[in-house]
Amino acid sequence: MNKFGKIILLLNILLLTSCGGKQEEKKEQITIGKKSTTQQSETTKPKAPTTTPASKKIDLENKGIGPITSIELPAEIDQTMVTKGQDVFKKMCMACHKTTKRFIGPAPTGILKRRSPEWVMNMILNPSEMVEKDPLAKELLIEFNGSPMANQGLTEEDARAVLEYFRTL
Amino acid sequence: MKKLFNLFFYLTTITLIVTSCSKTDSSSKRSGALNSSAAEKVYVAPGEHDEFYAFISGGFSGQLSVYGLPSGRLFKVIPVFSQDAEKAWGYNEETKPMLNTSYGFIPWDDSHHPDISQTAGEIDGRYVFINANNTPRIAKIDLTTFETTEIIEIPNSAGNHSSSFVTENSEYVVAGTRFSVPVPQKDISIKEYKGNFKGALSFISIAPEDGAMNLEFQILMPGFNYDLSHPGRGKSHGWFFFTTYNTEEANTLLEVNASQNDKDFIAAINWKKAEEYIKAGKFKTMPANYAHNVYDEHTHTATSTMKKEVKILDPAECPGLVYLLPTPKSPHGCDVDPSGEYIVGNGKLSANLTVHSFTKMLSAIENNKIDGEAYGIPILKFEDVLAGVVEQPGLGPLHTEFDGKGNAYTTFFISSEVVKWKLETWEVIDRKPTYYSVGHLMIPGGNSAKPFGKYVLAMNKITKDRYLPTGPEVTQSAQLYDITGEKMELLLDFPTIGEPHYAAGCPADLIKSKSKKIYKLEENKHKYAAKSDEDTKVVREGNEVHIYMTMIRSHFSPDNIEGIKVGDKVYFHVTNLEQDYDVPHGVSMIGANTSELLIMPGQTETFVWHPKQVGVWPFYCTDFCSALHQEMQGYVRVSPKDSDITLSWSLGED
Repeated sequence: MNKFGKIILLLNILLLTSCGGKQEEKKEQITIGKKSTTQQSETTKPKAPTTTPASKKIDLENKGIGPITSIELPAEIDQTMVTKGQDVFKKMCMACHKTTKRFIGPAPTGILKRRSPEWVMNMILNPSEMVEKDPLAKELLIEFNGSPMANQGLTEEDARAVLEYFRTL
Repeated sequence: MKKLFNLFFYLTTITLIVTSCSKTDSSSKRSGALNSSAAEKVYVAPGEHDEFYAFISGGFSGQLSVYGLPSGRLFKVIPVFSQDAEKAWGYNEETKPMLNTSYGFIPWDDSHHPDISQTAGEIDGRYVFINANNTPRIAKIDLTTFETTEIIEIPNSAGNHSSSFVTENSEYVVAGTRFSVPVPQKDISIKEYKGNFKGALSFISIAPEDGAMNLEFQILMPGFNYDLSHPGRGKSHGWFFFTTYNTEEANTLLEVNASQNDKDFIAAINWKKAEEYIKAGKFKTMPANYAHNVYDEHTHTATSTMKKEVKILDPAECPGLVYLLPTPKSPHGCDVDPSGEYIVGNGKLSANLTVHSFTKMLSAIENNKIDGEAYGIPILKFEDVLAGVVEQPGLGPLHTEFDGKGNAYTTFFISSEVVKWKLETWEVIDRKPTYYSVGHLMIPGGNSAKPFGKYVLAMNKITKDRYLPTGPEVTQSAQLYDITGEKMELLLDFPTIGEPHYAAGCPADLIKSKSKKIYKLEENKHKYAAKSDEDTKVVREGNEVHIYMTMIRSHFSPDNIEGIKVGDKVYFHVTNLEQDYDVPHGVSMIGANTSELLIMPGQTETFVWHPKQVGVWPFYCTDFCSALHQEMQGYVRVSPKDSDITLSWSLGED
């Protein structure tokens, strides 16, 4: 593993979270950043709260970086593949992804309305490089607390089955 | 080994003279090394790999270390015979059975002589074997996982020193006893040693397909001390050679009493003949009790089975099985050259180095040139088997290795040097000092038909001033010499773990492509594995609680557990769900009376926790696994013994 990268990430996180520290009260008593929003925004540079988060962005052109360069999705969904994909998803992905809601990583429901099938498969098959180089994957890493997508060693066939399963969500 | 000093006390005067010579010698050689490109020769640039693996015994650490040569960089300490809290070896439920013996669980041993498996006389890089010297055992380390996967105890043995050397096709790994003892053990006066004590030489078969070990038979030898051994190869394949000392059969003050005879013996064992006798039923079955421990890579769990008998061959009743070759004086190392013709007896107290000829031995046997016998075992005549003598090469010869180019290299403990000499002409070619008091030496493949004669590694018994001091106990060390030229060249000193006895080395290419990267989750057959989030659960069986937990960057599932009570015995069965290279996770529980677990991708391990106090107690990941490693944590609520709080577990629920 890249220790230097880890340290940089950790430092970033420390920077992001350091303002929240040292308050021992219950969580609803922590009000930092809420009362004084208006005051702060006057003195500091204007934030961009209206930016769409990466998980909501739509980009059907980007194919990502990895072994999948082009894929044809037949109109009809292959149910055998879906069953297999669901099984693989359960075993390999559900530790971090729930189908309908944000968990450690984003929910895959509707993913093919936001991403190209190639991008999805490359994210499964080549997460380390994607997170380093692909602009959307990079943004997602930050959006999801710097929690890196794990490479679960799926075969292309497995990843293709998972993609088919995603089509049904 | 340091005690050998006493043994050689009477030689100190001569030593002083010789070492003073070699000191002047050494300073000039050292500056010679500085002038040359020694640094370049051992420099392995960042990110590049070493050319050789070296598996160096940990001696009294009980372990086996993995180094790279020529850099001398340490990669891994493989736990073998001693508990290792870092890797939970002997602490987690899965590996505790590996350290089981007929004496119960033993947390430590003294590991001595690693040897790599061979095919057709050449090193094949599948397994390393190593012996436990104190409580006799042989361990097998799998070189795809670099983990100890099998340990077999050796009955009727004590001080398992002339071990663990493999035959040309890994038919057997051989273990010989250093101490002779009553066989079977009995209540007898120590003074009745002579004639009543026996030395067992054990032949453990290695299954060709999976390396499974089985103690096939033991040869019950006279009550000598069996010091070291090596297999015949090529023309002498089918034979095994053991050095002996204390042929006086002394039972006290061996320092003096075992040094009386002008010659001891090298015992030549015809193990092919032994197989014939076994087949013909000429063995005695003796009751025994010894542990056979096997680690299963798929269940990630070891089992220990007690074996109850062993086949014994008595050489007096098996003609042609054993011959004794007289060898001066208390020979230590017993080394066979790559051709299988020459057997070197490194007589510790002898001024000369004795080399026997296998061809001459066979001819003496054929012509029935028997010079005497010991307990029914024929003794051949020294002159009839002698190939040659290296005259006065140094003081205190211990071990010899070969470069495959007709040269031999012998260590001299007292005069602290490695001496290069030529087979067949027996002339000394070069000598280089060691710092200090060298024991074994190793040329990669040096105990095979095909040595890779590029480096010799000298393993020293004394380090003294070679490194920054660290109080009375200083590091152990090894030294690397370039042996490609006519003269040897000292390239590098590097520290080692424990005491480096023997080592085994081989080209890295033989092993590195086969090194496993992860354990596949789908192949995980651990009884308590949770292979996906769906399998996670907490199950109570009386006061035993089993937690089926998973770990992945960067959380445990479940990470909140309630309903545990004081007095419970809580098993954490933790599966690492990662399937990527080099993403281990660790886990530890506050107050647990055991080690952490360090779990590789796809693996399941278990530790036991006895909650003693009411409260909420945390556990966390001990291996920095990701940017959110510090977030990888959880809590267990412990309630009073009589509490009726129901068992519950969760992850990510409010």
